[in-house]
Amino acid sequence: MSGYLSGVLAILCINLIFAYGIFVPAAAGQINLGGAGFQAIGAYGTAWLSSVAMWPVWITIPASMLVAGLIGFLLSFPVLRTRGVYMVLATFAFGEVVAGFLLRTEFFGGAIGMVVPAHVGLPVLACCAVSVILLTFYLMATRFGLLMRSVNDDEAVAVLMGVNVRAIQVAAFTIGGALAGLSGALYAHNFSFVEAQYFNSFLSIYVLLFVLIGGVQTVWGPLVGTSIFTLLPEVMRIGGSWRYVVFGAVIVLMMMLRPQGLVTRAMIERVSPRRLRLRRAVVGGSHGR
Amino acid sequence: MADKAALALKGVTKRFGGLTVADALSFEVPAGSRMALIGPNGAGKTTVFNLISGVFPLDSGTIMLDGTPLENMPPRLRVGAGLARSFQNIRLMPHLSVVENVMLGQHVLVKGFASLLSPLAWQRGSRWRQFAEASLRDAGIDVDPDSEVSILPYGVRKRIEVVRALMSRPRLLMLDEPAAGLNPRETAELSAFLKSIAQNGLTLLVVEHDMSFVHDLCDLTVVLNFGRMIYDGPTRAVQDNEEVRAAYLGRRRVLTRGTYPAA
Repeated sequence: MSGYLSGVLAILCINLIFAYGIFVPAAAGQINLGGAGFQAIGAYGTAWLSSVAMWPVWITIPASMLVAGLIGFLLSFPVLRTRGVYMVLATFAFGEVVAGFLLRTEFFGGAIGMVVPAHVGLPVLACCAVSVILLTFYLMATRFGLLMRSVNDDEAVAVLMGVNVRAIQVAAFTIGGALAGLSGALYAHNFSFVEAQYFNSFLSIYVLLFVLIGGVQTVWGPLVGTSIFTLLPEVMRIGGSWRYVVFGAVIVLMMMLRPQGLVTRAMIERVSPRRLRLRRAVVGGSHGR
Repeated sequence: MADKAALALKGVTKRFGGLTVADALSFEVPAGSRMALIGPNGAGKTTVFNLISGVFPLDSGTIMLDGTPLENMPPRLRVGAGLARSFQNIRLMPHLSVVENVMLGQHVLVKGFASLLSPLAWQRGSRWRQFAEASLRDAGIDVDPDSEVSILPYGVRKRIEVVRALMSRPRLLMLDEPAAGLNPRETAELSAFLKSIAQNGLTLLVVEHDMSFVHDLCDLTVVLNFGRMIYDGPTRAVQDNEEVRAAYLGRRRVLTRGTYPAA
């Protein structure tokens, strides 16, 4: 495998994990525009544990994931008091605060950044990405997943059904923070270097777009959205800066033509084997649907 | 324990700014009875449902469900106390399938972390799903349980909402205009279904405009007008009540005074 290809695939794995970290809270109705903040926490946590504390990789990654999850848990309480566009702004502010803090703190290398000695290669990244995707599929198939989707659909009715909406939202935000932290930890180990400028607001915006354009109704959405928008610019690299124009136009077109995202629940249902069997039975039977 | 009331409201008052939407309401729904809550538009019927289920807090008064005070209980715990309701404008979860909506209604019966984290959607034979599908069948709802709710006819969605409310095994079921928008056949089926479930000790409180449905289903009726209770008694006598007729039609002397132009 060429260095270029494995580099692109490494970014794809990291972006996928990152995107699922944004998807889980989004599935429960929370838009997190501070994703880069959580990724930075994971990356810097790993960088510090690896270079200063000299811990091995199998401790640094879970540890920084835990730290990002814990910060997500603590942050969820003030953030969940806000809704709609104010939640977007609150999470955006969080991302900026984290980046600013890291840039100004000598302890974390300041503007120079940090070198991460231990390297983690593509196979580990791929395993982690596959595990995260499978875990999210599992999570959304559980009753907890059902409750998250209910909270997203109609919070007021969910309360009257006896659902502890706050607990569901806190859990979703915490899981999201931990996954974004994991993506940051893997980024740090793969790129061997972290700097605060990388975790800027563009990163948060891009990953949120991957998820929203892919669609939050099903677990397939972020997979499709992230894959397209990570690989497409690489394919179009020949076009120079024009690829950003195309990228922007695609986003505007998506918002106009398919605001619910590329992949919808109805679409998955249409191609599911069970439904195809049913349709064949109906066509053969007496009445249509 | 003198009187077996499933639900007892005492002095329930709610104001929105200067508007009193519930004015010292006191009435009791006897256990096992089927009571109608009627009144002209804007009388405060849905508001009473919202106060009982906890959408709004009370200004004053008490609400007792089987002797348990509800007024200070968080809304989400009231389901566990035995209360379930439907909504005037259908509030099914639009992106959940029929069976998922019904399974959401089971939430308060689900205990423990393990059931929360078992992959329900992959277990077609799980007891929760079978319970939900059987309940849909019992209610005469013959649709694919995996279909999207938004594509179903109004009458079907209306009945799915009743089934969802029943999933928590409530002792008091509050239905907000269950027959609105149903055709006569569906209305008759709904009435028969509600009578059959009410035989197992379930108490019904129903807001409804369709008086023939009310007469068929409910033995007792409470009439509200401008947030005040103007009648509390048997359904068969409600139309003979002078104040109720005045609330719906206006006072007779107003009509005879010739305020309406001759046709």
